[in-house]
Parts: sequence; C-alpha cells; structure tokens
Amino acid sequence: MKIMLVDDSRTIRNIEKNVLAQLGYTDICEAGDGVEALKLTASQIPDLFLVDWNMPNMDGLTLIKNIRAQNIQVPIIMVTTEAEKSRVIEALKAGVNNYVVKPFTAETLSDKIHQTLAKLGVAV
Amino acid sequence: MDVRYVNPFMGAIKNVFKTMLKLDVQFGKPYLKTVEQTSHDVSGIIGLSGDVVGTVIVSFPRLSAVKIASTFAGTALGDTDEDFSDAIGELANMIAGNAKKDIEGLNISITTPSVVVGAGHQVKCAKIIPHLAIPCSCPAGSFVVEVGIKTVNRSEELLLVGGATEKSA
Repeated sequence: MKIMLVDDSRTIRNIEKNVLAQLGYTDICEAGDGVEALKLTASQIPDLFLVDWNMPNMDGLTLIKNIRAQNIQVPIIMVTTEAEKSRVIEALKAGVNNYVVKPFTAETLSDKIHQTLAKLGVAV
Repeated sequence: MDVRYVNPFMGAIKNVFKTMLKLDVQFGKPYLKTVEQTSHDVSGIIGLSGDVVGTVIVSFPRLSAVKIASTFAGTALGDTDEDFSDAIGELANMIAGNAKKDIEGLNISITTPSVVVGAGHQVKCAKIIPHLAIPCSCPAGSFVVEVGIKTVNRSEELLLVGGATEKSA
C-alpha cells in the first residue's frame, strides 16, 4: 500500500512515517503542500492520503477538492490543528474520510488509519 | 487584552506538550508585555485573522529550544538544522490552532508559522494590541508564550494588518 503524506512540516511527516512504519507501511511518498501533492498524484495515485489543512501554495482543503474533482476516490485522512466543528464539517463535505486533530498520539493516528481502511474494506 | 483568551492558550500549551512531547508544563504568572523585544533567542510566530487580529509568539532561550525541538522531532537537532526551525514552527502552529478552538464565538484563521532565530530579535506588532506573556517551564527548559488578540470589525482590521511587521535582528 502506497501512502502519501502532505504536510508543510517535515517534523510531522517524520512522526507520521514512524507511526506508519510501526503498522508495517513503508511505501511512503511526501509532499510539502497541495501543489506538490497534485504533481505527485498525476504520476501515481496513492492508496491513502494523510493531508494537513494549513499549508503554503495550496491548502489541504483545496487539495482534497481537486482530488475528488478528478474522481479519485482513495481514502483521505485530514491531520490538522483545525479542530472547530464547522471546519470538520467543511472537510467532510469536501470528501475526507476521517479526521485527526493535532496534537495527536501515535495510538490515535494508528486507530484512525485502521478505522478508515477497515470501513472502506481495504486490508489492514 | 481580554483575559478570557488566556485559559485556551494555557490549555493548548499543556495539551500540545503532554501529547506530542510527553512533558508536563507548569505556568508562572502571566504579565503584560511592555517592550517589543521578545523574551528569548528563538521564536515561532503565528498570525491570527478573521474575527480577530493578533499574533502568537512562542519564544525560547536557545538551549530550551534545542532540547524541546529535539524531543518533539525524536532526534538530536542543532539550532542550524533545517528541521529545528520546522519543529519550532509546528509547535507554535499546534498551540495556536489548539487554543483557537476554545475561543468561543469567533471565527479565527491562523497563518503558517514563521520562525526567527537570533538573540535580541524583535517582533514588531500593532501597538494597540497588548501582548500578554505566559511564562512556561517543563523538564526540557523554560519558554514564554506571548498572545496578542483583539476583536475587530472589517474596517479596523485593514488598518491593523497594514501596521504589523516582523523584524529579525
């Protein structure tokens, strides 16, 4: 399973990579903003996205709308500091499958990945 | 500054450090900042907009910043490493983002973080927004979170944003 991490913080991408490695996922690609993520997606669509909201050049919400507009239906988990109910609803309407609020523990991120993949019938 | 903004930030600081760094934070007595100079050597800066205008500055002495950034990143970092400023910026981002969800009734947006490294640097903010400094300490060292928030109507906001600048020494 290929997983794309989209976050302007390399520290967060490294933390996410460590959690994913513990779950056995090592096929990871990374993007620092929405524009970079779309470029990568044009050549290879991952099986799961983890996407931050606030990023330079193109934010996560715009990225997700772009991905869904291309009819790419792979699961997307938003990982963000945006915790207000209105923001969560906005993200869900844009097409995210699950939502993780920063700060997060490794257990929380791991559980959300399992939940998301299990709900969509993807082997974990 | 309206003191009802202080508790969300104290809660956010505790939550971020406990969850991401496994560190407990203790607070000193908050005080009103009277000079433009930041408290320490390394600052992570987040701008606030929307129904408010303001700034959140997470400011560290160099040694605390190195220890805290290294703990957060899970690897030893020096203050010239690219990942050092990334870690400091992300901590500021998490504190501001986590606090804003508990400030009720206001729609607040946060900027992506800026990080300034250098002893004696200044972060110049609009003078009409008083900044409250929250002294913090944890086993990795001490730091200060400065919060300046003012609710605005749209015409005031244009004037305030035009007057805010950042400067590195």
